[in-house]
Amino acid sequence: MATTTSAAAQRQTGTDAIIQCVGVHKWYGEFHVLKDINLSVRKGERIVVCGPSGSGKSTLIRCINRLEEHQRGQIIVDGIELTNNLKNIELVRREVGMVFQHFNLFPHLTVLENCTLAPIWVRRQPKAEAEATAMKYLERVQIASQANKFPGQLSGGQQQRVAIARSLCMSPKIMLFDEPTSALDPEMVKEVLDVMIGLAETGMTMLCVTHEMGFAKSVADRVIFMDRGEIVEQNTPDEFFTNPRSERTRLFLSQILSH
Amino acid sequence: MTENVQHAGSLPDERPPITVVGPIAWVRNNLFNTWYNALLTISIIWLLYKIIPGLLSWLVINAHGFSAPVQECRADYSGACWSFVSEKLRFILFGTFPYDEQWRPLLTIMIFIGLLAASCDKRFWKPWFLAVWAGGLALVSALMWGGVLGLTYVENSLWGGLPLTIILSVVGLAVAFPMSILLALGRRSNLPGIKAVSVAYIELIRGVPLISLLFMASVMLPLFLPNGVTIDKLVRAQVAFILFAAAYMAEAIRGGLQAIPKGQYEAADGLGLGYWLKMRKIILPQALAIAIPPLVNTFISFFKDTSLVIIIGLYDLLGTAKAALTDPTWRGFYKEAYLFIGLIYWVFCFFMSKYSQWLEKDLNRARRR
Repeated sequence: MATTTSAAAQRQTGTDAIIQCVGVHKWYGEFHVLKDINLSVRKGERIVVCGPSGSGKSTLIRCINRLEEHQRGQIIVDGIELTNNLKNIELVRREVGMVFQHFNLFPHLTVLENCTLAPIWVRRQPKAEAEATAMKYLERVQIASQANKFPGQLSGGQQQRVAIARSLCMSPKIMLFDEPTSALDPEMVKEVLDVMIGLAETGMTMLCVTHEMGFAKSVADRVIFMDRGEIVEQNTPDEFFTNPRSERTRLFLSQILSH
Repeated sequence: MTENVQHAGSLPDERPPITVVGPIAWVRNNLFNTWYNALLTISIIWLLYKIIPGLLSWLVINAHGFSAPVQECRADYSGACWSFVSEKLRFILFGTFPYDEQWRPLLTIMIFIGLLAASCDKRFWKPWFLAVWAGGLALVSALMWGGVLGLTYVENSLWGGLPLTIILSVVGLAVAFPMSILLALGRRSNLPGIKAVSVAYIELIRGVPLISLLFMASVMLPLFLPNGVTIDKLVRAQVAFILFAAAYMAEAIRGGLQAIPKGQYEAADGLGLGYWLKMRKIILPQALAIAIPPLVNTFISFFKDTSLVIIIGLYDLLGTAKAALTDPTWRGFYKEAYLFIGLIYWVFCFFMSKYSQWLEKDLNRARRR
């Protein structure tokens, strides 16, 4: 198992890596949540991270924009190593968009203001320009007609699409998705996945923690399976689903694909 | 989330029965829904029947009018003596401010009320309105102290009554509010030094009665100052009030901060917003909206607590009312005096309360989650 992991990591380590995790460990108190994570993501690569709950997959992608701190190893994003340096953290976060399970839209701002706040205040864009960009992305996620509503007036699926547009407005180089469809009613999952598929087609570098295996099959370049804080297996979706190498992967797949 | 329930079925919508809506239903559901509520309703009606006629006869029917001579009041105590109020009105409102110059404190009161009323309108919640406030305060200082523009100089030991009450509370709250935001943020800071200082300050001030703080400011502070340096009594009281109000308001704001879900911080962080930007644009607007009820609670009690300055010899509204009662001609009309200033306090507090209710509703209108 350990050999599979490191071999895959070796294979993926290229010069055009936009995210590099080398020997990353993380603890929550006594609990060892990430164990020796080695992961390299190429520019434009689309990666789906899956695994049972508590396996550390959300923690891993939250380390990539430093919402969580790792205690050992290196994480280098777009050439910047994540350390305690706040300036660097803010620089990385500008380039890394994140979509959350619970949307986390700002309830006191309209949809449009949600989208323009960071471009105006962080990127120092003129208001008109930021609004034009925001409308473009809201158009793309098909929610432009709701631009002046407040998040609380939208359905879950609509809110999640706004959240995606909000991230895109910062023109990020990388998008992280932390179970973006898990909190949605079943009939709204598709509209969000469609937006994500459309985004994948533009060549965006994407890391998605998700249980949507259909999405993984059709979009991902690579599927990463995590269990108990380790990367157990990583492979192309074809290989991953038809020919899983480890017993733990097989067990996991049989559980989520059986119904 | 707003829900528009639309019945598209084949049965027409009918009006609810009379037992569900209408005045009869209201009375039944709210006043007589259980036997003990029915009992309570009846006892309250009985109590009101007993109290109101007596109260009315004292307040209105047997009362002596605003121009009744004091002898008439002394002859018949069964009614209120409102001429006490009209006789002492200017003294209660303006204290010992020189009689011929009392248009100045009157104008001061009107400027404050104007500024406060304008501040209630969200359209004025702009940085430039701070300049308007600064101008207003400069004008008020000129009016109260004088010594400029041909106004005679009036020492602030002669200030009193309503302007003093308003100055102490408005200036106190205005300075304490930004301080309390910093204290609340400090208390939740990750930096141990800042956190420790904030916690120590808040807990120290909250553990001390306001009266003792006022005493300390007026009696103890001069002991610590080098010889020859004196700080005005009014300034000392004002500082004590600011220190006191900031600690209480900080706790109200901290409550608001704690109610903001972690996801809001993470979303702001994830977009690359720095600490101050995150607080200013995302966290504080939501936290302050949540903190409105406890904040207004602090405002109201603070406004009334300014009456404690009487113990260090300042004559605020309560102080001047008490002083008015020492006039031998008008001694003994306590009820009238306290009712009158009570009414003034109540009007201010009532508007604060009503405005906060409106503001809370307005800020929450669009953001129902």
